[in-house]
Amino acid sequence: MKIPKLFAPRESQLALPLAIFLHLFYVAPLIVLLASSFQSREGGVSLGQYLQFFQDAVNLKVLADTFWLGVQVTIGCLILGYPVAYLYHYTPAKWKGILTFLILLPLLTSSVVRTFGWVVILGRQGLMNSFLQSFGLIEEPIRLLFTHKGVMIAMTQIWLPLMILPIIASLAQIDPRLAAASASLGGGAWRTFWQITLPLTLPGIISGCLLVFALTVSSFVTPSIIGGGQVMYMPTLIYQQGVVLLNRPFAAAISAILLVMVLIVVFAFSALGQRSREYVR
Amino acid sequence: MSANPSVSTSKSAQSSAKQQYQFDRLSFSWVIGGIAIFSLLLLTIPTLIVLIVSFSSAQTMRFPPPGLSLQWYTALFSYPELWSAAVTSLQVATWATLLCVVLGVCASLAMAGSRARWVAAMDALVMSPLALPGIAVGLGMLTYFSLIGWRLSLFTLVISHAVICIPYVVRTTLASLTQLGSSMREASTVLGASQTYTFFKVTLPLIKQGVITGAFMAFLSSFDNITVSLFLSDARTEVLPIRMWSMIENDLDVRAAAVSGLLIVATALLMLVLERISGLSKFLVKG
Repeated sequence: MKIPKLFAPRESQLALPLAIFLHLFYVAPLIVLLASSFQSREGGVSLGQYLQFFQDAVNLKVLADTFWLGVQVTIGCLILGYPVAYLYHYTPAKWKGILTFLILLPLLTSSVVRTFGWVVILGRQGLMNSFLQSFGLIEEPIRLLFTHKGVMIAMTQIWLPLMILPIIASLAQIDPRLAAASASLGGGAWRTFWQITLPLTLPGIISGCLLVFALTVSSFVTPSIIGGGQVMYMPTLIYQQGVVLLNRPFAAAISAILLVMVLIVVFAFSALGQRSREYVR
Repeated sequence: MSANPSVSTSKSAQSSAKQQYQFDRLSFSWVIGGIAIFSLLLLTIPTLIVLIVSFSSAQTMRFPPPGLSLQWYTALFSYPELWSAAVTSLQVATWATLLCVVLGVCASLAMAGSRARWVAAMDALVMSPLALPGIAVGLGMLTYFSLIGWRLSLFTLVISHAVICIPYVVRTTLASLTQLGSSMREASTVLGASQTYTFFKVTLPLIKQGVITGAFMAFLSSFDNITVSLFLSDARTEVLPIRMWSMIENDLDVRAAAVSGLLIVATALLMLVLERISGLSKFLVKG
């Protein structure tokens, strides 16, 4: 006897377990987080935590520094990452394996390990200082650890692969005849690049920028180790307030502000991405 | 006679145009190639430096090291906290990955090929942990678990890691399913196979590569996670990245270099194995 079709599980129901799981352990915690940020000291509802955040110039500087770090790292990754993607695209197939390995290994190694490498490079007796001193460029070792510049350099390297990968994907989608057509019509290499290749890879650039920005402003490990408590960013401030000082409602409010900042940038980039895809078509 | 000068000027104009063309091409390749090589060095050097320092004979992390030795690797044997943290991390990553694979593959089956409205919403929900700050998610989970009265344990740690790692599994499984199309599955059901039979005998073998790649990425990102574990792991469930973080944060312990060295080698080997069995780079580099 066959089971009537009505009782056979429909395929769409297979998504239910994950949907329930995510609502219980992801959406609900985020709602609780938001709710707790509106808690006042007496237990009522208030905007006190947010007022406290925005009235203190120190906190505003942390917010601005975090945003600025995100912008700098995104631009740095774009300038350094685009040429790698371009090189990968025109590399003969037999070399692509090695290039892939070089791009992916840093992405897949632990973030603590990657940051640790930068501690060794940027330290007083590190590679950077020995290098500059041996060429007589500096007399005394310069301080790079515990500075904004140091955090920025390390973060740019750490998130570079995430800029390269989407650009490789969108370079692969360009019709190779376009560049050939441009060249045969007398367009030079630079002109072909600026007017054909770059605009056509905008979707990849935009998704790379989105990823790099969102991950930079959310990073904890690198700012906490390289910044060493001397330079603060939103995630390290959340940790300090939430875990060290046990001021959970305030930490929740800072988290909410960081979430809003990330969401605004994500939506802005998504809208740009939509428009760029229409342009490419 | 009068034609001669004009011919020579057009010739020189031609050669200067040619020179300009060559300069244009050369400058382009030099600039793009130069930056690309610089970036590739930048990508590789920190990893190499960690490997070199891990064999240092010095007591500090100076670079270049004055001599080579295995002292930091042997020092790891008498560091029980590190090993217990490593075991906890492996346990959490394994369970979280299994949970992600079961939930993620089921959901991907429902989402693939469907144009229903809920699919777009579900996709955004599943992928959002990739972009949202993990530290906010971790704090939210801690507040939530204490609100509903769940004590922190290995179980709550596994749940929180699964939330963070689910995007990887769904993304690669969906990519495999989309590539596969629905014709195979339909053929199987039309010929009378049950849905379960079709899944295990037709669909799963064909999407195996996507599932394995996603599981690998999920495992690595759980094994590497700090932001969520900061809030949800305690002294009994300390994970490896947190232990390493405090080793580096507090006193620049050179033993951290040896652990890092082991992790780099393990990651590289895993990558090569995965490349063999599932074509890892096919999913990550869509070139």
